Amino acid sequence: MKKHFLAALLAALGSVGFSVASQAQQDFAAGEIRSLQVRDNVYMLVGAGGNITMQVKDEGILLVDTQFAPLSEKIVAAIRKISDKPIHYIVNTHHHGDHTGGNANLRAVGTTVSGGNMAGAIRDSGVGAAIVAHENVLLRLSSATGPQAVPSGGWPTSTFFGKKKELYYNDEGIEIIHVPAAHTDGDSIVFFRQSDVISAGDVFGTTSYPVIDIPGGGSYAGIVSALERLVDIIIPVYGQDGGTLVIPGHGRLSNLGDVLNYREMVIVVRDRMQGMIDAGMTLEQVKAAKPTQDYDPVYGSTTGFWTTDRFIEAAYRSLSNPPEDAP
Amino acid sequence: MRAFRALQSGGRLVFVAAALLSGQAFGQSTFAGVWNAGYFEDWPDRFPGPELGDYAGLPLNASDRARASSWNATILSLPDYQCRVHPSDYANSFADIRMWHEIDTKTQQLVAIHLQHFAWSTQRTFWMDSRPHPPEFAEHTSMGFSTGEWVGNNLKVTTTHLKEGWLRRNGVARSDAATVTEHFVRHGNHLTWNVFVQDAKYLEEPFFRNRDYTLAETGAIGAYPCESVVEVLLPEEGYFPHYLPGENPFLIEYARNHKIPSEAAMGGAATMYPEYKKKLAALPQP
Repeated sequence: MKKHFLAALLAALGSVGFSVASQAQQDFAAGEIRSLQVRDNVYMLVGAGGNITMQVKDEGILLVDTQFAPLSEKIVAAIRKISDKPIHYIVNTHHHGDHTGGNANLRAVGTTVSGGNMAGAIRDSGVGAAIVAHENVLLRLSSATGPQAVPSGGWPTSTFFGKKKELYYNDEGIEIIHVPAAHTDGDSIVFFRQSDVISAGDVFGTTSYPVIDIPGGGSYAGIVSALERLVDIIIPVYGQDGGTLVIPGHGRLSNLGDVLNYREMVIVVRDRMQGMIDAGMTLEQVKAAKPTQDYDPVYGSTTGFWTTDRFIEAAYRSLSNPPEDAP
Repeated sequence: MRAFRALQSGGRLVFVAAALLSGQAFGQSTFAGVWNAGYFEDWPDRFPGPELGDYAGLPLNASDRARASSWNATILSLPDYQCRVHPSDYANSFADIRMWHEIDTKTQQLVAIHLQHFAWSTQRTFWMDSRPHPPEFAEHTSMGFSTGEWVGNNLKVTTTHLKEGWLRRNGVARSDAATVTEHFVRHGNHLTWNVFVQDAKYLEEPFFRNRDYTLAETGAIGAYPCESVVEVLLPEEGYFPHYLPGENPFLIEYARNHKIPSEAAMGGAATMYPEYKKKLAALPQP
């Protein structure tokens, strides 16, 4: 019953429903924010929503994603255990509420570096932290209506289109790289070049099959392409260990081997399902054939927000009718 | 003079007591040195490598069997996979190892025992200072995070935070959720390594294996550099070699060549036990 309710809810809400359904299953009061130092100036904050990446040094603090709004106080407390520097930047990897829900609250405790041509570009410069994202994140957040409406304080204040946006902050170059039509149509991966850390958002995770938000512009082909982009950037120390580290949207800190294992699963399942679709099998026939059987113990689920069934349904839909803008 | 002797005697007692209470127990084994691997056991799984479709005696579950059945050896030619190291619960299957103890020079406490494999030059650290394992969301690696403790003269090592690895080099996977328990047992100049792999995701029961080594007084292990190169022109994007279900032509070779029933070759916990011989006799041969 719960599954059917969620499916109906998502169908009704479209892409924003991903945030709502995900949030509906969280117990924020019991949640805590735990931190892990990834590199000298980069931390991973883990709580009930998507992982937060925190880059900090003399200039201040840059956050990648903000989890759910009810967790903001705990997030700020966790940040203050590490640094009392101001929050200058928030980067959103995509628009879902488990990654952007805390935008307004965390922005409010920060401040923007203002002046030059920035003063006109950011209307409220100096008041809150700048929120940087691909323009489709702004479009998705600002177009949500009704109970899913997002207050303007949580919208991106600095958007980009095209392949990427670059920042130089805390003595390192930061690339915000758009990976089109993957988890959503507004995904970015954030590469901290000096620290050699990538914040991957939800194009990579270690706890579930890929979440393909088709109403939100995501596609199976885009997930594959985004993973290839990650693999291209990562340079291990040796074999598949160490070197470039990857903070996933959900799950544990990862390295090349983890991304390769995930990519393997995504490609193998794609090939199986594509073969079945090309052979004319229906969705129910594909499910019965268990195309994910070998990966289910690692990535599968029969409960919660993103079950194996839901993944197969989304994959079937995306592979049957790939969007025109898919890579 | 009598007072001096009394002080001397008392000093000796304090010294002995301090030595006994220092934490670094006396009489525990040292594993320091180079240990030569013996190759008299499980030969097919050592240098030549296991045959395709040989899962006999492995307690793998249905999901792992499906995973192994889709495995294609072409992955070994992919640049990203050429230098992939053996996971720590498997690496000892190969070649020689060097072990050494790390002592805190001020306290003379044993901080860690290190182990280097000749194969791929991978190095492990067994922390002996009672430090906790990292949180579950910390990085997993091929070697994992290991803590050690003495059980009598034997060294017991517990390893978590392993990246996905393999139980056999023919596609039988071991998940990243596994916990590995090892016992290093020294008998004079001989060392036995026992390893128990617990993996609820891919195993029906814990998996056990052991290996034996001989101390090499003047032994050395060489360097093992590895450089990835493009060996075969393959699609650059969206490609991973594998067999679709039911289409792996090599799965039957092992069973056919050794006249072993296919069901037995596919493994499972039951195939580990002597009682399986009775069932084996009743199964059709390929």
